[in-house]
Amino acid sequence: MSKLSREDVLKLAALSKLKLSDDEIERLRDELSEILDYVNLLDSVAVSGLEPTYQVSGLRNVYREDAPKDYGYKIQDLLKNAPDIQDGQFKVKRVL
Amino acid sequence: MDGWPVIQKIADDVKSGRLKAADLVNKSLKAIDGNKDFNAIILTLEDRALARAAEIDKNPSGRLAGVPFIAKDNFLTLGGKTTAASNILRPFEAPYQATAIERLEAEGAICVAKANLDAFAHGSSTENSDWFVTKNPHDKTRVPGGSSGGSAAAVMLNMAPFALGTDTGGSVRLPASFVGAVGVKPTYGRVSRSGVVAMASSTDVIGPITRTAEEAALVLDVMAGKDELDSTTIEKTGSLSDTSFDFSGKKIGIVKEYMQEGLEPGVKSVIEASIDKIKQAGAEVSDVSLPSLPLALAVYYIVCPAEVSSNLSRYDGQRYGYSAAEARDLDESYELSRQQGFGAEAKRRIMIGTYVLSSGYYDAYYKKAQTVRTKIIHEFTDAFSKYDLLIGPTSPTVAFKIGEKTADPLKMYLNDIMTVAANMSGNPAISVPAGLSDGLPVGLQMIAPMGADGPMLAAAKAFEELSK
Repeated sequence: MSKLSREDVLKLAALSKLKLSDDEIERLRDELSEILDYVNLLDSVAVSGLEPTYQVSGLRNVYREDAPKDYGYKIQDLLKNAPDIQDGQFKVKRVL
Repeated sequence: MDGWPVIQKIADDVKSGRLKAADLVNKSLKAIDGNKDFNAIILTLEDRALARAAEIDKNPSGRLAGVPFIAKDNFLTLGGKTTAASNILRPFEAPYQATAIERLEAEGAICVAKANLDAFAHGSSTENSDWFVTKNPHDKTRVPGGSSGGSAAAVMLNMAPFALGTDTGGSVRLPASFVGAVGVKPTYGRVSRSGVVAMASSTDVIGPITRTAEEAALVLDVMAGKDELDSTTIEKTGSLSDTSFDFSGKKIGIVKEYMQEGLEPGVKSVIEASIDKIKQAGAEVSDVSLPSLPLALAVYYIVCPAEVSSNLSRYDGQRYGYSAAEARDLDESYELSRQQGFGAEAKRRIMIGTYVLSSGYYDAYYKKAQTVRTKIIHEFTDAFSKYDLLIGPTSPTVAFKIGEKTADPLKMYLNDIMTVAANMSGNPAISVPAGLSDGLPVGLQMIAPMGADGPMLAAAKAFEELSK
């Protein structure tokens, strides 16, 4: 395939919520193109009649009671890694 | 530094009072301190480990009483940070422990330190760590393999009798092969991943790294079983550590696709000598072809980044982990935190994953890869209707030089060419030391039918006996 354009890489970065430097963009254009070239070898593989496999455990619909359960976690422990908290809640930067 | 008695003996001696857990923890800490130049360890959990040892010495019990171990730093543990060797998790202190760690502790084991890895387990050399590069205990100029390179090196440097790794595409087996240890990738779902930093959830498994198969079987047996915190876990129906195995009369298939081009001559001759021993032990050995196995790596490099891009979306700089202070609004906070916190490999995988999952490309890449995955599974199922065990090398090469492959991501990916198929299919597989090529370890890989972890570990033990 042809090399990914700068616009392609920027679109992927936006979807991925990643800011990239100009150097990173140029490097990723090459690297992503090379990796996609490699995986394109699957194009020629015949798979008619086969279904995709998304998981291999064979388990289906593992249910549990929809009820709260106490695992002994403390709220202050769960919040201690947050960059900013207020009144026992995560505080984020302005949205708009 | 002195080696360790086998785990079973350590636990017995602690229970009978001949050994003290506190002395074992100190022995472990001393070995860690004396081998700092190998960069195997990110941090020790000294205070917590010594406190636990003191408790255990008061009333020693459990199948792993007083046995020190080292966890790859993508297992959540108390008593110190959990970083996954990534900058974005550098400040992270886990609020709870992984189920695997809890189960080991419940049997008396003591987590002493956290081992280096490729950041987020993305890699096969431990060179992608945001901390430092781990060196191979056999040759400091070479990599230990990865991504569980710190865990594998730690075992060979006698830092602990066992270490934990994770294997998403070969990350336990490859480093085990490169350092001369036993590394187990159990059946998918065997061990709960709750509390382990997620990479590719449809293939991630947890496995022990040890010096012998018998020890690995004990550790795996302690960790195995259903866990309500990981709904993919499977029920343990019997012990995984008390199976016996005799090669006599067993049907063993040599995977033809793994013995072909690209295999280093030195590796090939060690594997061929191993096959001869297995034949002499009375096994019926023949070549078997699984023609789609060489496609497994391409399947993996679509499926794995797809799942990585999803799993890494939780690192957004808001609830935990690195957060860019200068961001002015929420969107910028996401983008800058991720730009500054993720390394080059994580970014590559996020971008590839986003590409193959994006509308217009999903069918051509993601769905196609998952369909080829079905083909690989069918070939394994077919092979295991005729064979008890499949064998081949773990890696086409011995440990390579530090820096040799870092400039070319694709070349690095190819290290996993012989390990990824078992991840895509879910089958258990193990790397067992088979000998040396120019002084460097070579691993023999065994792949077993789904759920046959016990017989596979017993076969690995039987193979060790043949090599004595």
